Amino acid sequence: MGHAAVPTVRPGAPAASEAERRRTRRRVRLRRRGLILLLLSPWLIGFAAFYVYPMLASLYYSFTRFDGISPPQWAGTFNYRFMFTKDPLFWKSMYNTAWMIVLGVPLRIMFAIATAIILTRPRWGIRVHRTFFYLPAMVPPVAATLGFVYMFNPTGPINQLLGLLHLPQPLWFYDPAWSKPALLMLGLWGIGDAMIIFLAGLLNVPLQLYEAADIEGANALEKFRYVTLPMISPVIFFSVVIGVISGFQYFTQGYVASSVASGANEASTQALGAPQNSLLFYPIWLFEQGFRAFHMGYASAMAWVLFLIVMACTIVLIRTSNRWVYYQGGFR
Amino acid sequence: MRRVLALACLFAILGIGCTGGGSTQISSIPSVSGSGEPVTLKVWSAFTGRQLAQFDHALAMFHKAYPWITVNSSGAIGDQKIIAAINSGTPPDAVLSFVPDNVGKFCTSGAFASLNSIIEQDGLDMNQFVPATRSYTQFDGNQCTLPLMADARGLYYNEDMFRAAGITGPPQTFSELTADAKKLTQFNPDGSIKVAGFVPWWGYYEDNLAEFAHQWNAQWFDANGNSAAASDPQWAAMFTWQKDLIDFYGEQNLAKFVAEGQAHEWASSNDFEIGRTAMAYDGEWRVAFIEAEHPELNFGTAPAPVGEGASDMLGSSLIGGNVVGIPRGSAHPAEAWLLIKYLATNTDVLVYLTNALKNLPTTTAALNSPDVQLEPQFKTFFDIFSNPKSTFSPILASGSGYQDPMTSFGASWQAGKVPDLQQGLQQVAQQTDDMLSLG
Repeated sequence: MGHAAVPTVRPGAPAASEAERRRTRRRVRLRRRGLILLLLSPWLIGFAAFYVYPMLASLYYSFTRFDGISPPQWAGTFNYRFMFTKDPLFWKSMYNTAWMIVLGVPLRIMFAIATAIILTRPRWGIRVHRTFFYLPAMVPPVAATLGFVYMFNPTGPINQLLGLLHLPQPLWFYDPAWSKPALLMLGLWGIGDAMIIFLAGLLNVPLQLYEAADIEGANALEKFRYVTLPMISPVIFFSVVIGVISGFQYFTQGYVASSVASGANEASTQALGAPQNSLLFYPIWLFEQGFRAFHMGYASAMAWVLFLIVMACTIVLIRTSNRWVYYQGGFR
Repeated sequence: MRRVLALACLFAILGIGCTGGGSTQISSIPSVSGSGEPVTLKVWSAFTGRQLAQFDHALAMFHKAYPWITVNSSGAIGDQKIIAAINSGTPPDAVLSFVPDNVGKFCTSGAFASLNSIIEQDGLDMNQFVPATRSYTQFDGNQCTLPLMADARGLYYNEDMFRAAGITGPPQTFSELTADAKKLTQFNPDGSIKVAGFVPWWGYYEDNLAEFAHQWNAQWFDANGNSAAASDPQWAAMFTWQKDLIDFYGEQNLAKFVAEGQAHEWASSNDFEIGRTAMAYDGEWRVAFIEAEHPELNFGTAPAPVGEGASDMLGSSLIGGNVVGIPRGSAHPAEAWLLIKYLATNTDVLVYLTNALKNLPTTTAALNSPDVQLEPQFKTFFDIFSNPKSTFSPILASGSGYQDPMTSFGASWQAGKVPDLQQGLQQVAQQTDDMLSLG
C-alpha cells in the first residue's frame, strides 16, 4: 500500500475540524448577538439609566431616611411601618384613589362604549362627529381641569343651568361630597382616547355574526350581549388594565382642582387635597412627602407600595381575563 | 447566600452612588480677588412676568455697580428645580427662593453655602436687617441666606361700612372682631350672606391657620420640641372663637359664600374690594391692588386683632419673605456673594423694589427711607413688620410638613366634623410628633 500519494487522515483530525466549526459557529453567534446588542443599545442604555437604576435606587431609598439632598441613612423598614401604622393621610389618599378607580374606570368604559356605538350610526358627517367627540381628549389636563373648575364654580354656568331647572346646586369642587364626582365628570368628558379604540373594535366585528343573530331572532340587546360584547372584550380588557394603572397615577387633575378651588398659592399646604382632603390622591400625598416635606425615603416607600399594588391588580386582571375575554383568533 | 450578598453589594453601590453629592459642602465663600476679569453669573428666581422684569432691573443696578459682572437671570424657578440642579452638580451661582420654610433644610444639608465666615470677614452688619428676618434666613446659627423683601399681614376694613354700622375703629381683639363682624353682616331675604362682616374660614384668601395661630400666640412646639397642639390652650381658644363666628353665619351658608368668592382673590372682583366683606385679613400688597382696581374704595388698615391671653402680640403678624443664597456647587461663589450682599443691603435697590413690587424692604435704612412712595395705608405694614413680635413660623430642618396635620384638622373642624375638640387636638399632636420622626 503506497502511503505517499494518499493523504493520511490522522486520528482526531475530524474532531479538530468539528471544534473549529464550533468555534466559528460561536464566533458568528457572538457577532450576531453583539450586533443585536449594538442595535438595541440606545434602548438598553435608556432602560437601564431611566428605569432600572431609578427603580433600584428608590428601593434602596425606601429603606432609608433621605431628604433628597443629604446622604441617605439606613432606617430599615421604618418607612413602611410608619406608612401603615402612623400616617392617616396615607389611608385617606389610598381611599380617594381607590374611589376614582372603582367608579371611574367602569364608568369611563361604559361611557366610551356608548359613545362609540352612537358614532357607528351616523349616515352623514361621520368624520366630523368622530373628531368632535375625540377633541376633549386633546385638551391638556391642566387646561381641562381649570375649565371645569370654572364651569362648576358655585356661580358658574352649570349651577346657573341647574338653577333654571330648579335643581339643587352643589358647591362641586368646594364640597368634599361633590369634589370627586366633579372630577369624575371631567374624566367622562375626556373619553375620546378610549372611545376611538372601542370604535375601532366595534367596526371590526364581522357583519355576518349580526346577520346570523338576526336569523336566530335575537333582539338588539341580545345582539349586544352575545355578539358585540364578546367581540370587543379584548378591547375592554385592555381599557380596564390601562384604566386601573393610570387611575393609581391620578395626579394632575386632583392637584390643579384642589389648588384652584382652595384659592391658595402653590407653596401653601392648605391647598393640598382641598376640600378636606377629598382630593388628596395617593400620588399627590407621595409628591408632598417627597418634594415638599423632604421625606424622599418615605416617598420612595410609598412609590414601592404603589408599584406592588398596581402589579397585583394587573396580575389579577390578567389571570381572570380568560373567564371573560374572547379572542377571535384563538390565541390567549 | 450568594444572592443575598449580591443584593447587599447592589445596595451598597446605590448608597454610594445615590447620595446626590451630599457629602461636599462649601465651608466658606472666598473673597473676590478684585482682578476685574469678566464674569457671568447665573441667577435663578421664582419671579415671573412684571415682577421678574423689576427684579431684572435690580440686577441691572448691580451690573452698573460691578461692570465686570454680568448677570444672566431666569425666572419661574421653584425650590424643587433648585434642589435638582444642586444634586446634579449644575446649580446656578445664586438663587432667590419664595419659600423660607425650606431654609432649615437648605442650611442643615449644606445645599446652600454657609455665609457665616464671609459675613464676619466682610464685617457685614447683620443688625441692619429688620429683626423679624432672622426668623427665616438662618437655622441653628447657620446663616445660609439673606433676606430680600418681605410680606406682613394685617386687617383691612371698609370705612364706609364701619361708619354706617356705628363702629369707630378697627377691632383689637378677636372678641371685638366677632362683635363688629356681626354688626356689619347683611343677609339676603333667603338667608344667604350678602355681606360678611369677616370670614373666619381657613383657606379663604389669606386666612391661613398658621397666621391666626400667631395672633393667638399658639405655640407649635413645647420646650421639649414636641407638638403643643393639645397642651397649649391657645389652640383650643382659637378654634372655639372660629366656630362661634362660623355658627353665627351657619356652616353651610358660610361655605357657600366662601366657594362663590374663593377664586377671586387675585382678581378685581376680590370680595373685600367689591364690598362682599367688610373686613379682611390680607397682606400689604392688597393696598396696591385696591389703588389700581378700586381707587374709590374707602378703606383703612390696622394690625390684625389678637386672641384673649395674647395681648402682647398686638401690632405684630406672621411674616414671610424671599431669601437669597448661594447653592452648593456655585461656579462663582465670590461674585455671587457680592451680588446677594448688594441686593440684600443696597438701600437704592430695596427702595426701588419696594416701590415697584409693593412689598416690604428688609433693611431698617430702606424701611425709613424718604424715597419710599406708597399709600398711607401701607405704613401700617411697615409698623407690623418692625414689631419685635413679628416672626416667621418655626423653621425645622424638615421643612413645613409639621403643619400638615393641623391644617388637615382645621379643615375638618370648621366643617363641623370634629365632635371633640380636645381629643382632635391630641390626635394632631400625636400625628405631628409622628411626622417629625420621619426626619
